[in-house]
Amino acid sequence: MGTAVEKDNMFSDSDEVLIGLEIHVQLTKLKTKLFCGCATDYRGKEPNTYVCPICLGLPGTLPVVNKKAIDFAIMVGLALECEIPLKTFFYRKNYYYPDMPKNYQISQYNKAGGVPIGLGGHVTIEINKQKKTINLTRIQLEEDPGRLTYLGSITSSDYTLVDYNRAGITLLEIVTEPDLRSPREARLFLQKLRSIIEHLGVADGSLEGSMRCDANISIRGGNRVEVKNISSFKAVQKALQFELIRQRRQKADGVKTVMETRHWDDEKGITISLRTKEEEHDYRYFPEPDLVPIEITPDWIEKIRSQMPELPDARRERFIRDYQIPPYDAGVLTSSKALADFFENCIKLYNHPKIISNWIMSDLLRHLNDLNIEINESTVTPEQFVNMLKYIDTGTISRRSAKKVLWDMIREGKPPEQIIQEDGHQRIGDENVIRQFVDEIFKEYPQAVQDAIKDDKAINFLSGQVMRKTRGTADPKITYQLIKEKIDLLRKKAN
Amino acid sequence: MASFYELTAYELHSMLQNGDITAEELIYSLFDRIQKTETKIKAYITLLKENAINQARLLDKKLRNSNFFGILAGIPIAIKDNICTKNIRTTCSSKMLDNYVPPYNATVIERILAEGGIIIGKTNMDEFAMGTTTESSYYQITHNPWSLEHVPGGSSGGSAAAVAADETILALGSDTGGSIRCPASFCNMTGIKVSYGSISRYGLISYACSLEQIGPLTKDVRDCALLLNVLVGRDPYDSTTLNRPKIDFLATLDEDIKGLRIGIPKEFMGTGTAEAVSKAVWNAVHLLESFGVTYDEISIPLIDYAVPCYYIIAMSEASSNLARYDGIRYGYRVEKDEGEWNEIFAEDRLAFGPEVRRRIMLGTYALSAGYYDMYYLKALKVRTLLRNQFEAQFKSYDIILGPTMPTTPFKIGEMISDPLAMYRTDIDTVAANVTGLPAISIPCGFSDGLPIGLQLIGNSLQEELLLRVAYKFQQETDYHKKKPPIGG
Repeated sequence: MGTAVEKDNMFSDSDEVLIGLEIHVQLTKLKTKLFCGCATDYRGKEPNTYVCPICLGLPGTLPVVNKKAIDFAIMVGLALECEIPLKTFFYRKNYYYPDMPKNYQISQYNKAGGVPIGLGGHVTIEINKQKKTINLTRIQLEEDPGRLTYLGSITSSDYTLVDYNRAGITLLEIVTEPDLRSPREARLFLQKLRSIIEHLGVADGSLEGSMRCDANISIRGGNRVEVKNISSFKAVQKALQFELIRQRRQKADGVKTVMETRHWDDEKGITISLRTKEEEHDYRYFPEPDLVPIEITPDWIEKIRSQMPELPDARRERFIRDYQIPPYDAGVLTSSKALADFFENCIKLYNHPKIISNWIMSDLLRHLNDLNIEINESTVTPEQFVNMLKYIDTGTISRRSAKKVLWDMIREGKPPEQIIQEDGHQRIGDENVIRQFVDEIFKEYPQAVQDAIKDDKAINFLSGQVMRKTRGTADPKITYQLIKEKIDLLRKKAN
Repeated sequence: MASFYELTAYELHSMLQNGDITAEELIYSLFDRIQKTETKIKAYITLLKENAINQARLLDKKLRNSNFFGILAGIPIAIKDNICTKNIRTTCSSKMLDNYVPPYNATVIERILAEGGIIIGKTNMDEFAMGTTTESSYYQITHNPWSLEHVPGGSSGGSAAAVAADETILALGSDTGGSIRCPASFCNMTGIKVSYGSISRYGLISYACSLEQIGPLTKDVRDCALLLNVLVGRDPYDSTTLNRPKIDFLATLDEDIKGLRIGIPKEFMGTGTAEAVSKAVWNAVHLLESFGVTYDEISIPLIDYAVPCYYIIAMSEASSNLARYDGIRYGYRVEKDEGEWNEIFAEDRLAFGPEVRRRIMLGTYALSAGYYDMYYLKALKVRTLLRNQFEAQFKSYDIILGPTMPTTPFKIGEMISDPLAMYRTDIDTVAANVTGLPAISIPCGFSDGLPIGLQLIGNSLQEELLLRVAYKFQQETDYHKKKPPIGG
């Protein structure tokens, strides 16, 4: 998909882009499903073993709402500053699909008298150092369908396998207004949303498929296209970029964009037409007669409010205040709960917030990005990270080799001690040893030596070559000093 | 002395307790009876003779060796085949569920078993409880024990016919639009639909969830009260059940009914009501009057709209409730390995009979974009207004009275080809479902040897009052004691 990213600017089109998102968040911290007592830790388990008559939709069974799911949804609603109506309703969304045990989904609805668990609300993001408010339409609870597995691609598979372990898992659907103006804003919004949800302790977004997204995108004045099947937040920007280019090309070619639903193919990195407006489902929503409306008292809301943990924005302010780090860094560190936790756990072991922050910002995050993983997907622990920093303080390794040690820690999952021992990163402080390297370099680069005699600035080049030869383990101060002495001696001789 | 199978649960309860009879003897007596009459009646889809005998033996042992004596200890009970019974086939009288064996018991079944009741079989019904005659069953036509050419009513026709023919002591039915009361009326039985939310629906295979309740079909009011003692109560598995305090419905049966006020809506006695029916109802009113009850003729105008309101709501809910029958996880599956799943769904769903298909299609239509407001939403509004009109009357009257069915039983085949005519015969029963109010049907006379039912509708949660009035009526009449002329 690298090509699509590059071509993003191919059309210097000033047309306004309108993006709205529908995010499905599994409330993974719930112990049981939304309407039955089945356990929720189904990932990696034998298919169709985390099921009961209720989530299989067997004839005669009835749903019973998991009260904890309501608690969680109210908490998210409060964090996103939604209005929490005092009465909320479940609706049935009817359509036929083999992943739906009942061929209808118990969901919520905000038309025809339906009231979801949260109305309105907003999320603030920072883009180009400017604060921007993204408004929400609603948040609502619904049940996750089962999972379909194909043999290869959806079009060529001979059969479809269905696993209902996921059926009935609690989903919170969060719908935004079309307030996002670029794929990048969409990504920043999702990052912020995920951080908020993880700070609340209602979901772990790193679990596969636990946060999914549908997107509506259009160029102002053009038709809206819905992109479905974006199964990770990472793919959102890619999918939107692809779609934006497609629509801009069509516009440039004078082709009208068709109002339709498109399917994101993550492997091929393209969107494929799924159905046009005329083929849209009529979901025949109606109030779920098997459930009674849920009365949410002000006391209930206040109780949840009093239990709310610290949110990312507050944590960011605290980081700036207590740790004296720049606002930008504090923003990056709180963009993910796991990262913020990592940072603070390091501070507990090594009370130098700025040093830790700098190392995270400049090195750790870059390596994680290269590997396309998140901090909690790597094996590096705060203990290991802090130990590495302490080895710099004690002079066991140089700052320069520390960077390499960290890279190996992340890539190979080894503790710093092991890497230092195996790869000889131990700092060389012995003048005699370093002098041998300096002599070698002087022989290898006679022109640079001549330059250095004329101007001290060239000493840096020579010292750099020593560092390279010693893979960064030579003490830079001693190295510089030895080179300088030798150059000074040559100057004297020349005079 | 009468044969065991002719007795009521209440009578048998003390006999079993006193050791005058064993549960095993009672079961054998019933299965002898079933053997003689069932070929004519065809009330059952599944008979559980061996199961029942084993259970009776275990129970006899338990009764001898412990202090256990449940309300239903040793009492045989027949279950309508839309109520799930663990490891026992539950078909809804549909080809769709011909091979369906539930892995769990409905809450009412758990309650019955906990009280020592013995399930002897699953009874015939209209397919998915959609009908007034039990003729839409995939399996068989059940015959009215009072006249074999007539229908037993529906949709709980098998349950009512089984009790009427003495092929069980008690039976469970379900009532979505009159499906307990109609067959009670047609088979000369006592049947009650309780206030919505009083009995758990968990395990009742849904037709229209917001309208239906499970309930008893019994030989008299006392058995009805006895069974309600077991069935009524909050169920954590059904969110729509109410938190009613524990009630002993038997305890208050004897209380006086003097001074009660009855309202008789003229809409229940309209032109469609057979003369013999209206005569029998008026006789009943005058008898009640003699017990110190007063009455007025009143009007509840929206009753005229109860039938369309009921059918729109019922069909809409049904179209969604029955969507799960696609043959993928259980139930009927076409012999076909290839094709798009929509094709396979569509072919599987041909296993539904014509009445079920009709209701699914009409319900789908009523919920569709552009029609929802016109039909479904309007029906919900009518529902609220109708309930308001009933509530207004309950300020002046304790009970609303009328016939259960406008006529005596239809002949087999008379109605099946004219669904609209059949729907219209629900005029007297559906209002109680639409409003969620309790209603009981008791025998009040005969015309040409065919039974007539009297319906009493009470205010919400007033089952005790309904039972008390009905009990007093049965104390002073013997319609309910008459046995059908089927011999055996």
